[in-house]
Order: sequence, then structure tokens, then C-alpha cells
Amino acid sequence: MRFVFKTTYRQDLGLFRDGAQRNWYVVLGLAMLVVPVLVPSYLVDISLVFIYGLCGLSLMVLAGYTGLVSLGHAAFLGIGAYAHVYFVQDWGLPWVISVALAAAVSAGVGVLVGLPALRMTGVYLTIATLAFALIIQEVLTRWERVTHGLKGRPVDKPVIFGVSLAHDAAFYFLCLAALIGGLWLTANLLRSPTGRAWVAIRDSEIAAQSMGVNLARYKTLAFAYSAALMGVAGALFAHKVGFLAPDIFSVLLSIQFLLMVVVGGLGSLHGAVFGAAFVAMLPVLISEARDRVPAWAGQVIALAGKDAGHATFLGLDRFVKQPGLEPGLFGLILVLFILFEPLGVYGRWRKIQVYFSTFPLYKRATFRRQKTYMRSERLR
Amino acid sequence: MMLEARDLSINFGGIRALDGVSFAMAPGEVFTIIGPNGAGKTTIFNLISRIYDPTQGRLIFRGQDITRVPPHEIARLGIARTFQNIELFAHASVLQNLLLGRHAHARGHFGEELLFLPRVRARELAHREAVEKVIDFLDLQAHRDSFVVNLPYGVRKVVEMARALCTEPTLLLLDEPSSGLSVEETEDMAFWIQDIRTLLGITVLMVEHDMSLVSAVSDRVLALDYGRVLTLGTPREVQEHPEVVKAYLGA
Amino acid sequence: MLNGLAVGCIYGLVALGFVLIYKATELVNFAQGDLMMLGAFTCYMFVVWYGLGYWVAFALAVAIVALFGAGLDSAILRRVLGQPQFAVVMLTIGLGAMFRSFASIVWGSEIYTLPTPFSAKATRLAGVTVSHEYVSIIAGTILLCAALYAFFTFTRVGVAMQAASQNQLAAYYMGIPVKLMFSLIWAISAGVAAIAGILLAPVSLIDINLGFIGLKAFAAAVLGGFGSIPGALAGGVTIGLIELFSGAYLPQGVKDVAAYVVLLLVLAVRPQGMFGSVARKKV
Repeated sequence: MRFVFKTTYRQDLGLFRDGAQRNWYVVLGLAMLVVPVLVPSYLVDISLVFIYGLCGLSLMVLAGYTGLVSLGHAAFLGIGAYAHVYFVQDWGLPWVISVALAAAVSAGVGVLVGLPALRMTGVYLTIATLAFALIIQEVLTRWERVTHGLKGRPVDKPVIFGVSLAHDAAFYFLCLAALIGGLWLTANLLRSPTGRAWVAIRDSEIAAQSMGVNLARYKTLAFAYSAALMGVAGALFAHKVGFLAPDIFSVLLSIQFLLMVVVGGLGSLHGAVFGAAFVAMLPVLISEARDRVPAWAGQVIALAGKDAGHATFLGLDRFVKQPGLEPGLFGLILVLFILFEPLGVYGRWRKIQVYFSTFPLYKRATFRRQKTYMRSERLR
Repeated sequence: MMLEARDLSINFGGIRALDGVSFAMAPGEVFTIIGPNGAGKTTIFNLISRIYDPTQGRLIFRGQDITRVPPHEIARLGIARTFQNIELFAHASVLQNLLLGRHAHARGHFGEELLFLPRVRARELAHREAVEKVIDFLDLQAHRDSFVVNLPYGVRKVVEMARALCTEPTLLLLDEPSSGLSVEETEDMAFWIQDIRTLLGITVLMVEHDMSLVSAVSDRVLALDYGRVLTLGTPREVQEHPEVVKAYLGA
Repeated sequence: MLNGLAVGCIYGLVALGFVLIYKATELVNFAQGDLMMLGAFTCYMFVVWYGLGYWVAFALAVAIVALFGAGLDSAILRRVLGQPQFAVVMLTIGLGAMFRSFASIVWGSEIYTLPTPFSAKATRLAGVTVSHEYVSIIAGTILLCAALYAFFTFTRVGVAMQAASQNQLAAYYMGIPVKLMFSLIWAISAGVAAIAGILLAPVSLIDINLGFIGLKAFAAAVLGGFGSIPGALAGGVTIGLIELFSGAYLPQGVKDVAAYVVLLLVLAVRPQGMFGSVARKKV
């Protein structure tokens, strides 16, 4: 059993639990630096993981920590992307200023979306964010002067302070820096009064109010900060995809972001990154599986009988080549996680850690969340 | 005059939950409100915490009219409360719950917190020290890092009170502090309420059903029934008042 | 005008499904639109693939989808009773995606037409050409609502369902078969969705994205007040008419988002909608 021995309050306040954990993260950081050398062909995919990590972080702050579930966050990604491209390519602003402005625009819209949220709770808020996202998507389609509408807009490679980052590795480091920056800023917020106020709003609004938390201010702040993070992610996303069209930022993408948060584990920063990695890697995994699984399954069944094996191969092959399979798989994974692992991948990781650190005294009930059966208990 | 209620009334739809309730509390006293269930005791608390708006009447706290003040201002004015059904932040640790109690004194500065400047760190350490004082006062050291969901009911009630104390109030509202507690825990609660009054100098307004606790601790008692004041006086006077006896035991 | 009314009726029917489930179990079923789509496809399958008559296929499709809804409840949704609402919302979203995928695998992802006894027929009534398809929608909605109203008013089941929704444990203790109640509600709701889908099929053609109408039906449910059954219908018809008028008089593109703008306005100004009521936690 490991015991963390603390002697000062500063230790409690730090970002890492103890020196050992900090060293692990340093090792992780060094590994990330070496990745471009090891797997240069996957750099673009990994950059997408970092961008999605920012998105997951954004939604985690809003849904995981403040309890305001948003079903339309892809709209903010779109706003950030289009705003950034507009500022850089149409107005010729420097890259860094453009990203900052795009984040500000996104934050502004976030505040607008958050305004009605002050009066709504629970599922009504979710529906409202969905409605907002659909309206924003329509606006992006119609506002042709800025977004070029359905024709789409090509995006140039980023040029920061005169240095072109067209190279994959350079873009990789840019996204990595953005993600680490986002994580650090968010972790800072979470260990200060603002973060505590957010968690209080999630768990009991009435108690939070009676402790002096101004609900309106903190909910608006949550929306604005979350949208700003999405705005930055949107700018990077625009460079990554190279071509913007309004139908990229659909409800389906928002659902993928929510999937990130659920799979990763609500209420933890690690969860956001785990979830992002999962959701970004999933299409890659699916396409690999599409190519390999039918042949492999056919070979296995062929041990029983050559005809059966061939039939299996043909059947599975036809099945996995269906175009509509991917969303269904996403849905299935979402359902399975909600049913069997509501704490997400990070939750499972924590359970494994606690199991080993308290072996043989581990109790399954440690992580059991209390169920509320009375409607009056569910209203916050 | 610490807190004064003048002619407080509130309707919920057709039900008149409070009807012309008036009382005044002196600083440093322990004032208890008793009454059968549904008499409107917690409603008074909810009016003071500004969860509800009264249809009529006024509330005056240390000379300031707080009848229409926004709910989140109440803590800053120096009024803290506990809840009947424990409204702790279930998925946070005891320490985080208590630190949130400091929020009334912890005006957040978003930009500074984003970068976690040294002055934010200093403020956080100061809050931690204040919270630790309350933990020492109520003997919660063993539960400091436990998640609230894992704690037994009695401990949760103490944490609720600790969180209220962390706001450094001048007036503390305790809603049924001994409900669900065993005899020993109730005795501890009685000692703590006395300590809060004598050592910390906080005025206490309490809703309570347990008559032994009421007699042991209170300076004055207000009896309510169906939203109306029956009588106001010392615990002994109120317990012997014929109307109070009738309300509790029937004619 | 009739067009707007008819579309509004469809919104109302889907909204009705939402409200039924919400009243009974307090879950918001984001997969309601996709159940509608499944109903339409099942009926299509019976009519076109198996050559059954329209009415037989109608009845069969509704029955199958209703049973499916009940099965969904007992197999999956029961397990999340008591979990926070967020979890349930995500669950139904995931299920909706799975239904769409299933439909595209079994029936293909093109657009299909459903031959009905009302297709392409019209009568002249008081100088206006009235399409039988729209009339069928409106008539079907009225009949269905009357039947449901009778069911809830004149049977004990309605009261039992409300009890189950307020406090599930207490309902159990009172002898109400809570699980059966929930499955029944889901069956009814799924059946209503299927009927809506089949009625809508001749007008809007069947494809896997039929379910996105469910989003507009949300607006209808919220407008009418999320806990009110007549409200859902009233909300649906209102939204249908609003869309019609915004399509005629407002710039292009507004029609598509009119429902959502209404939704936001209602949520911001009067969250309980036209007929609903606001609930609050008692501390």
C-alpha cells in the first residue's frame, strides 16, 4: 500500500500528488517529444488526437465539472474554425492574434448560449444547446461572405511569426503545446475558487448559492471558457482538415464529443484526454478491422470447414463494408459504456489503481455511486 | 437587534405557509423555532436564505433590509445555514466542501486564477488554514479527504455544520441539527452549539424537534403552528403554554 | 395551410411520444424520431417486400415497434433507473445512432416511397384541392389522440403511471407493478412513433434520416409544456403553422430553424410552455 505523506499545505495545492507522479508525467512528456521520430506517418492522426483532446477538455469543463451538458459543442468548433480562417486569410491578421480573436468570438457566442441556460436545468438545457447548434450551423451555411457557405473554404497552412508550419512535425508540436497549455490553465482553474464553484453548481445549486456562489456569473464563465477552448481547437482543426464546410460541424460531431467525455470518465482531466484518444483513434481502428476481421474470421472458421469459412468471410465482408456502420458502432460503444462502465476509461483505470494499492482490502463499493429514485432528489 | 422578522407571510398557491410571523433576535443568543411538521419552520429559513420571496413582510438583519437581496449575497452579509436534508456536494471530498464554504470571502479573479499567480496561491493557503481551524473545532480530521458519499449520516451532518462555519458567519441557521443522530451524537451537538455561541460569538437560529436539546441549549423559543406564531419565551414557558401543548398533543 | 397542419400533427404525435415517456419515467427519449423511422421502414418492408395489404402492414409494423419499445425498456433502460439524467440522455442518443445504422444495413440508405391507399389522390373541397395524404395524417392524429385520452382518463393505469414516475420505490410498495407500467408506457410511446412514421411516409418519403424530425418535435413538446399531453399536440400544430408561415414570408433558411428559435424563446421566457408546470426541489 502506498501512502502519500504530506507535510505542508502547498503539497495539497500542487498539480501533482507527489514527486513520483510528476516524474511519470515528465517521462510522458519526453515520450511525446520523441514520437515524431518514431512514427512519422501517423503524426497527422496524433495531432488530431491533441485537437480532440482540447475539445474533450472544453466539454469536460462544462459537462463534467459544472454539470451543464451541451449537445451542440461542435458549433463552437465551427465558429472558431471559420472565424480564424476569416481573420487570417481575409483580414490578414497575424496567426496568434487571429487565434486569440477566434477564441474571443467563440467565447462571446458561448456567453449568448449560456444566457438562457441561467434559467434552465437538466435536460432542458441540453435541448437548448442542441437547438443553438442547429441554428448556428444554418447561420454558417447562409453567411456566405464569411464562410463561403456550402461551397466550402480551403485553409492554408499555419504561418506563425513568419515561420511556416506546413511540416507535419511542426504542426504536431503546435497541437501538443496547445493541449498542454489548455490542460495547465484548466487545472489551475480547477484548484482555485472558480473550479470549486463549478463543482458546487453541479452537485447542489441551492447549497452553492447559500455559500455565496453567484450562479449566473459562474455558469456564464463556464460557457465562455469552454467555448474559448473550443475556439482555439477550431483554429487548429481548420488547419488540420485543410478545407472547411458547414456540414463538418454537425450534431454527429457533437455527439462524438460527448462520447469522448463519457468514455473518458466525467469529472477528470485525464478522462478528457483518454476519451479524445479513443474517439480519434476509433475510425482508424474501424477501418483496420474492416480490412482484417472478415479474412481472419474466415480463416478461423475454415478450420471447421472450408465452405463455412468462405461463407463467413463473404458475409462478414459484405457486412463491414456497409457505409452506415460507423455511427452505429459509436452508438453501441456509448450504450455499452453507460450501461457497464459509467465512470469511463479513467474510472476503470482508477479502480485498477485502487485495487492494486489497497490489495487485498479492495472493496467494490468504493466507487458505487448512489442512485436517486425519487424525482424530488433529482431536481437540483 | 441581530435579525428581525416583521409580519412575514408567504403563500404557495392556495396554501398560506406563513401568516404574519414576527420575532426579533438579540446578538449572541440561541433562538429556537419549534412546531409540528408543516408549521412553516424551514420556510422561514428559506426566506432568510432568499430561496423564496415573501408575499408580505420584511426581514431586517443588523439594520439592513434583506427581504429582496439576491441569494448569493446572503453569505457575504454573514448569514450561513445548514439544510434539513443535507445539501453537501456529494462527489467532492470533505475538504473541498469546506473550502467552498470560504467562497463568500474568496472573490474569484478569473484571470489571476487562470495563471495561478502567487497571490492566488497565498490566498488558497490562507483559506486552507481557516478551514483547518474549523476542522479542529469539530474534530473532523479523520474525514478530511473522504468523499462525502462514503461518510455516515452523523458525520455528514457535522460536515454540513462545518461548511456553514467556514463562511465565518455572524448568524448561523441550523435546520434540525439533531435529526437522525444518536443520543451521543446529539449530546455532542449540544456542546458544539454552546461552544459556537460562547467561543465563536455566533448567534444561532435553530429549528428543532428534540425537546431535550431545545431546553438544554436555547435562550428563547418561538412556537409555530400552521404558519402562525403561538408564543415566544423561555423554553420552560413555551413548553408549558396551553396552546403549544394542544398543537403537539391535540386537545 | 393543410400542409402546415398535417406536418404539425406529425410533430405533435412524436412530441406526444416524448411526453408520454417523460411523464411516466422522467427520461427524455432522444431516440423517439428513430423509432418513428423504424416504424416507417417496417411498414414499407411488409408492403413492398412481402406484398401485404396496407392496413395489415400498418397494424403489424405498429405492433412490432411497440413490442420493440417494451423490450428496449426491460432490457436496457431499466438498468439505468436512478442514474443521473445525463447518463440516460446519452444512452438514448447512442441507441438512436444504433437504430439508424441498423436501418441502413437492413434496408439500405436510399430514399424509398411507401405506396398507400391515399397516395396521389386528391379531392376538391370548397374550391381547394385537398390531398388525401394530408387528410389521413390529420384524421389519424385525431383518432389516436382520442383513443389515448380515453385510455388515460378511464383506466386506473394512468394514475398508476403517474405514481410510478414520482417515486418508484414507493410505487412498488403500493403494489403497482412499476416495471410493467414502464414497459407499457414505452410500448405505447413506440407505437405512437411508429404510427407517426407510417402516416408521414407518403408525404416525406422514407430514409434513415427521417428521425431528425424528432428534433423539431422536441420544440413542440417544450412549447406545449413537457408534462402535458394535449400540450404536445397543441405545440406540434403551432410549430407546423409557424414553419409554414416563415417559409412563405421570411427569408430563405429561416423555415428550417424556425422550430429551434421558437424552442429557445420558450425556454428562455416561459420554460413551462403553454400547459406545463415548473417543479422545484424542496429543501
